[in-house]
Amino acid sequence: MHGDPDRQKVFTRRAALLAGGKGLLLTALVGRMYYLQVVEAERYATLAEENRINLRLLLPPRGRIVDRFGVPMADNRQNYRVVVVSEQAGDVDATLDALARIIHLGDGERQRILREVGRKRRFVPVTVRENLNWEEVARIEVNAPDLPGIMIEEGQSRHYLHGEEMAHVLGYVAAVSEDEATGDPLLELPGFRIGKAGIEKVYDEPLRGSGGSSQVEVNALGRVIRELSRQEGQRGADVELTLDVGLQRLASRRIRGESAAVVVLDVHTGDILAMASTPGFDPNAFNRGLSTEEWSSLASDPKAPMINKTIAGQYAPGSTFKMVVALAGLEAGIIAPETTSTCRGHVSLGDARFHCWKRGGHGPMDLEQAIVQSCDVYFYEAARRIGIDRIADMARRLGLGEPLGLELPGESRGLLPTRAWKLATTGAPWQKGETLIAGIGQGYILATPLQLAVMTARLVNGGVAVVPRLTRRVSAAGVAVPEPGAAPSLGLTPAHLAAIREAMDGVVNGPSGTAAGSPIREAGLEMGGKTGTAQVRRITKAEREAGVLKNEDLPWKERDHALFVGYAPVRAPRYAVAVVVEHGGSGSKKAAPIARDVLLAAQQRLGTRPPVSRRDKAPGDDQA
Amino acid sequence: MPAVGLSRTELTLRQKLWQVRWLFVLLLCAVAGIGFAMLYSAAKGSVEPWTSRQVIRFAAGLAMMIAVAVTDIRLWLRYAYGFYLVSLALLGAVEIGGSVGMGAQRWIDLGIINLQPSELMKIALVLALARYFHGVAAEDVNRPLLLVVPLLMVAAPSALVLRQPDLGTALMLIIAAGALFFLAGVRLLWFAAVAGLAVGLTPIIWQFLRDYQKQRVLTFLNPESDPLGAGYHIIQSKIALGSGGLFGKGFMQGTQSKLDFLPEKQTDFIFTMLAEEFGLMGGLALLGLYTLVLVYGFAMSLGSRSQFGRLLGLGVTTTFFLFVFINIAMVMGLIPVVGVPLPLISYGGTAMITLLFGFGLLVSVHIHRDVVIGRRGAPDDL
Repeated sequence: MHGDPDRQKVFTRRAALLAGGKGLLLTALVGRMYYLQVVEAERYATLAEENRINLRLLLPPRGRIVDRFGVPMADNRQNYRVVVVSEQAGDVDATLDALARIIHLGDGERQRILREVGRKRRFVPVTVRENLNWEEVARIEVNAPDLPGIMIEEGQSRHYLHGEEMAHVLGYVAAVSEDEATGDPLLELPGFRIGKAGIEKVYDEPLRGSGGSSQVEVNALGRVIRELSRQEGQRGADVELTLDVGLQRLASRRIRGESAAVVVLDVHTGDILAMASTPGFDPNAFNRGLSTEEWSSLASDPKAPMINKTIAGQYAPGSTFKMVVALAGLEAGIIAPETTSTCRGHVSLGDARFHCWKRGGHGPMDLEQAIVQSCDVYFYEAARRIGIDRIADMARRLGLGEPLGLELPGESRGLLPTRAWKLATTGAPWQKGETLIAGIGQGYILATPLQLAVMTARLVNGGVAVVPRLTRRVSAAGVAVPEPGAAPSLGLTPAHLAAIREAMDGVVNGPSGTAAGSPIREAGLEMGGKTGTAQVRRITKAEREAGVLKNEDLPWKERDHALFVGYAPVRAPRYAVAVVVEHGGSGSKKAAPIARDVLLAAQQRLGTRPPVSRRDKAPGDDQA
Repeated sequence: MPAVGLSRTELTLRQKLWQVRWLFVLLLCAVAGIGFAMLYSAAKGSVEPWTSRQVIRFAAGLAMMIAVAVTDIRLWLRYAYGFYLVSLALLGAVEIGGSVGMGAQRWIDLGIINLQPSELMKIALVLALARYFHGVAAEDVNRPLLLVVPLLMVAAPSALVLRQPDLGTALMLIIAAGALFFLAGVRLLWFAAVAGLAVGLTPIIWQFLRDYQKQRVLTFLNPESDPLGAGYHIIQSKIALGSGGLFGKGFMQGTQSKLDFLPEKQTDFIFTMLAEEFGLMGGLALLGLYTLVLVYGFAMSLGSRSQFGRLLGLGVTTTFFLFVFINIAMVMGLIPVVGVPLPLISYGGTAMITLLFGFGLLVSVHIHRDVVIGRRGAPDDL
């Protein structure tokens, strides 16, 4: 029994040790607690906030594109789209299967969705379909429990009010493609659209605006519990163009069905008031997403609906070029208004014969009548004397042969041949006959409708090197917009310009003018101009002898281009117009009436008085 | 056998009830009450599904505890080995026919409740070892031959539990047993020898660990290595704790727990939720209550006149301590995640029953503190 007190003594001592050990361990716990909750508290508090708070980007409304009077041409419409969040869906394939039983989902559509799901981060919603109608929205909502990760989002989609009537100028927006993704999370948002062409592309950045954000509390599964705060984004800036919607639509409708282009300019400011190209395309379809068939039919159409012909189409200017030749001769002192040639229907140069469009010839012609009646022989002769380099130089001063620096992408430069140019490009020396052909705006010479309109404007505004512009204002800081006015004078002799204008007046209003059939009869709104009919194929000698085929009898692709450049009113020019109808036949029959209608409408809609805000008038500026 | 204090060894039921440390019982109720509040918070302000059931369990457990407490301590001594053997058999049965839960076989389905033999074993082993060392004289305690039996008594259930595999329980069994060896007077040299052996065997044991166990150890060593996988629990738990700060986010205001970032917040990680909502102060308060329970445990154990009573009392107290320490150290990232609940607070019946059964024995030790028990188990006393 003596062992028991011993045992108790050992026990008590060891129990004390045990208690001490436990005490130490508990102290360690307290120390750890202190470390986590006091020393590191701030860091963990931040982490807890990061856990629970998710930042969601808010898509800013894209800026509108409006005309010079603020009338919207492109704005945004409410739409509903269905999106899938792969993180919440789990098995995206199965979810899409379930969804396909409710709304139609094509195979290609599915592949695109799965590709996007693979590319984007797991919590980023991927658009399944857009522009759902009410019935589809309702059906999806009803079946929501069977569709994990599927959500209906309300969004805005781009809407072009006038479809193809201004598709080429405005361009279009479409979903961001893989190579356009910059890592900016805004671009990853479903429904985000990027400007792909036209003004939409040029001013894409300011039109986008900046994304807002919404702070939401989420649980561990990413489900939104509530919104904590919201910072609205900055809506995209509005872009105000120089266009007049009414005039643009009228011009576009006037050339509907043709492959044609019309440009209307303010001759003083360079403001482009209308810029129509047909056929067009529906920009809304691009926003929606084109099917392969739609795309290939657009791409293979011989009338090139995707091309903005006003700036990208290049045409031989034909007789509309004759004012350039005349002015080159006058300024060089080689010809005078009184210089006379006799037209016998053709001239000969060596073995070659150069024909006037009028088979019997015009007889004796002075400069004015040569322009009024568009005598080719007069200009063969004039060009021969002036020389190609002087003609090219004058043409360049009037705005041909170089891109005009318009905001829109895709401007063609046209072509002004010179001796040096020919030697450099073909290796062959310049032929005299080529100068004669150039004298009537044929041969190598090419110009865009916009260049022709600018040429006309510079001819009738007193020789001021006006530059075309399309943008009036972008309501965002730091976006430079071309300034109007302030264009330098070309230093041309006023008398020579007056002579040219007089002749162009005669083309429309004179009894023998080539456009005498299409005058503006409203007093004070009369127009002047010049017709052009550009051959697109060479007429062989045999054909000529057999009798030239009528245009209508030729295949469309071989018919002549019909051109007209004009201005109005004749007394104090305010508007210049260029019309090109591809394979339209005669300039006087086809193009002149279009120009007449457009110029009349321009004057009626926008008035005839020069803009008050005009800058210093250049010397030689015409004041009627 | 001396008859000192014999008058106090044979108490009536009424006297025994009078002897119960009611302040201790009140303390347990206070801790359980905190648990009820936390379960209410975990359910986002609802007594369903956890609080209501937990209250019923606690009430039943409390009744059982009193019943155990007033049962004569000699009865526990007599049936200690039997209880141990039954528990061991059940543990073996789990190995053969237990249903699979949480990747580990731990349950025997008794129809109404799932019996977890490893929990029973925590008490049974303490009882058996207490009885064994009670019967060994102080001078014999360090005879190697006499240590073989108790070592086997520890090794058998530990091996079975490890096979399940349940690292936490095995750890608790071994440490609690170690404490009893220590208290019984086993020489420190032996501990050193065993510790040395353990260190030497670690690489070999590593080979036998299941992948998820290895993963847990590795995750413990570097939780940030796999923030969305294995390390998720512990990272989120530390974030919850740390963000609670000094005074917490307020009752039911814990973002980590309410937004489900915190896993198993109603069971193993309930301390985290408490510390998130009540901060360091809340955590210290609970730890204070636990410490009081421990102090009571020591006081009641040391007051016993029998070696069996002392060993049993401190064995239970140590087991309780291990629950507290392992759980809290685990949620704070001090030790690997081993799946030990927070005593009297975590949702779940098995640990609650184990603990209240143990506390019943502890109170029984106190009530029967003056009962003198012979080294052979004194069958004549009963």
